[in-house]
Amino acid sequence: MTTVTTPANLQTTGSSNDSPANIRAIEATGIEKSFGNVAVLRGLDMTVRDGEAVAIFGANGAGKSTLLRLLSTLARPDHGSISIYGRDMAQGSETARLSLGAVLHSPMLYGDMTIQENLTFFGRMFRIPELDARVHEVAGRMGLTRRLEQRVRELSHGYQKRAALARALLHRPRILLLDEAETGLDEPARRVLDGVVAEHRGAGHAVVMTTHSVERGIAESDRVLVLAGGRFALDEPSSGVTPADVTGLYADPGDA
Amino acid sequence: MVAVLQTRWIWPGFTAALMALTLWMIFLWVPTEINQGNIQRSLYFHVPVAWIAMVAIILVAVASVAYLKTRDEKWDRLAVAGAETGVIFAGLMLITGMIWAKPVWGVWWTGEAKLTTTLILFFIYVAYLMFRAYFPPGEQRRRLAAIIGLLGAIDTPIIYIGAQLWERAHPSAVVGPLSETDSSVDGPIGTTLMVAVLAFSVLFFYVARERYRLRKQEDEVAELRRAVSLRPASAVASAMGTAGALAGSAD
Amino acid sequence: MAPALATIWTLARKDLLLELRSRDIVLAVVVFALLVIAIFTFAIELTPSRSRDVGPGVLWAAIAFAGVLGINRSFAIEAERDTLDGLMLTPVSRELIFFGKVLGNFIFITVAEVVIFPVFEALFNINVLQVETIAIALLASVGFSAVGTVFAAMSVRVRSREIMLPLLFLPTSVPLIMAAVESTSEVVNGGSWSDFSEWLQLAIAFDVIFVIASAVLFQFVLEE
Repeated sequence: MTTVTTPANLQTTGSSNDSPANIRAIEATGIEKSFGNVAVLRGLDMTVRDGEAVAIFGANGAGKSTLLRLLSTLARPDHGSISIYGRDMAQGSETARLSLGAVLHSPMLYGDMTIQENLTFFGRMFRIPELDARVHEVAGRMGLTRRLEQRVRELSHGYQKRAALARALLHRPRILLLDEAETGLDEPARRVLDGVVAEHRGAGHAVVMTTHSVERGIAESDRVLVLAGGRFALDEPSSGVTPADVTGLYADPGDA
Repeated sequence: MVAVLQTRWIWPGFTAALMALTLWMIFLWVPTEINQGNIQRSLYFHVPVAWIAMVAIILVAVASVAYLKTRDEKWDRLAVAGAETGVIFAGLMLITGMIWAKPVWGVWWTGEAKLTTTLILFFIYVAYLMFRAYFPPGEQRRRLAAIIGLLGAIDTPIIYIGAQLWERAHPSAVVGPLSETDSSVDGPIGTTLMVAVLAFSVLFFYVARERYRLRKQEDEVAELRRAVSLRPASAVASAMGTAGALAGSAD
Repeated sequence: MAPALATIWTLARKDLLLELRSRDIVLAVVVFALLVIAIFTFAIELTPSRSRDVGPGVLWAAIAFAGVLGINRSFAIEAERDTLDGLMLTPVSRELIFFGKVLGNFIFITVAEVVIFPVFEALFNINVLQVETIAIALLASVGFSAVGTVFAAMSVRVRSREIMLPLLFLPTSVPLIMAAVESTSEVVNGGSWSDFSEWLQLAIAFDVIFVIASAVLFQFVLEE
């Protein structure tokens, strides 16, 4: 096995200024990704610093999910490079995955295993120390304590989503990637999600989220990005952006 | 007359001339083999075609490794060209083998090691091409096809060793009138065979090259479409009504 | 090395736990293989000598066809909630994920064989439950699992994966099927190790080559 570098070690590379706001958690340059003959991302650049929460908006098919799959190391860009804490993912993404926690569209949990079995299994894959305590801690945070013994297949969509969030948080990732994580969540669960995001920002970690609810996205982020035509059509601090600014950029010839 | 001198006619012209020479040698020049009679002439097709079927899998394997290393599409095009010509030549090898085996050995099919190996190789080519047909185009298809091509090529010598062991374990049902005789390949027979192998190699090279070029042109058309879809959204809408709708299906 | 083995075992144990809950794979493999064997018992009139002639072929054809179903299923489970993506998000190397899946599939096929062999022995009246055939079965299961795992990870993304996997798996496995059939034939006809040592060598060579090649190529399969 390769030796595992902890995220704490990774931080020190690539930045001379040690203020958290200047540590580049994610740096993507010139990202291009096509599926068949359709170009989804067309030379996109983005930087996310530690302590920053970024909300990505865009019409259906704008490439939000594709971008998050690229950032989560599941997909590789056709062109361009992605660095996580200064380390180029083309040079092996195994250490980068220690700093990444992702909630994508599918819960990525085994239907015939209980939540506890799922979390323990994925925890082992991350070699988390004192795993049992950590599983209970995260499950408690997501309001899953009483459902730990239930099989994922038997859970409602909302609880599967909570369990997916628990899986993503298990290894204490420094970067949280959330692809429409709030869909299917009821009000209490959304408040839990908001709490997780706020806590993550507060701890000086990075959050990248996509969402269709523009107001919530603006309220919960430091910076707003709008994806249109395969690039970012808007990149502004959240404080100066109104929902109308965002939706105005959604215009997509495909809808016409 | 001028057209004949153009460079694009050099390869087909050379191939056609060499094939014509080969046909003349096979049917008019080389004497009839004493034991087997005229049917032996099918050997001049069977052997070169079998040789090409094997060369093609090596081409597929080399191109596949090069693709996985470089991710350059030209290697993928070369691998497909190899597999497409390979499946044709493997098929021809099986057919000529049967045509020859029936009168000589008394059966259409035997467990002869090279026939068995080519049969399995034929199925590997078919699987490779069917996988490509089922899979949507793009980098993923090129990469997965390269893996199939490479595993198929690695498998081929193992299949051949297995087929040889199998042939030895089942001394086959060779009962034809001439099953005991052995043909020598000296003199005119050997010369004809060598010319035929050369001619079919040139044919293979020519066909694979044409297939490669056609693929390249198809890819260039696809790339042009993509380039159109890369232009700003407003230009896309006016330039190509369907491009936006295509892009809309990608999330 | 030890942590790597622990990870492989954790992955395989996860597959075993899922299998204990759903009983999807082993049951399907066993039932399908026995069905094929049963159909042959009335497709061919089985005299003792004919049983020994065709029996080994029937047995291994049945196991190869049934095994391909089982391996297909073991990847369909990973596709159901995109758990293959979940595995890819962990820092575990692709090789270990491959070996974990291979070990799981190996155990499923071997367990299925434990049921298939005695029933086959009863139906065909030939003695296949011997040390030699068990060794052959283990060698065959290793190769089937390695080849099946790498091809199933590919065909799981194709729309007609039920067709694609056998088309890739069966021609590639021909040397292994040949080796298994021929060795089993020798055993049921009273042969000993030395009578089929070349076939055993072929099976071992196939296993070694394909386990290594598949493990190396698996990382390219999982990329996106």
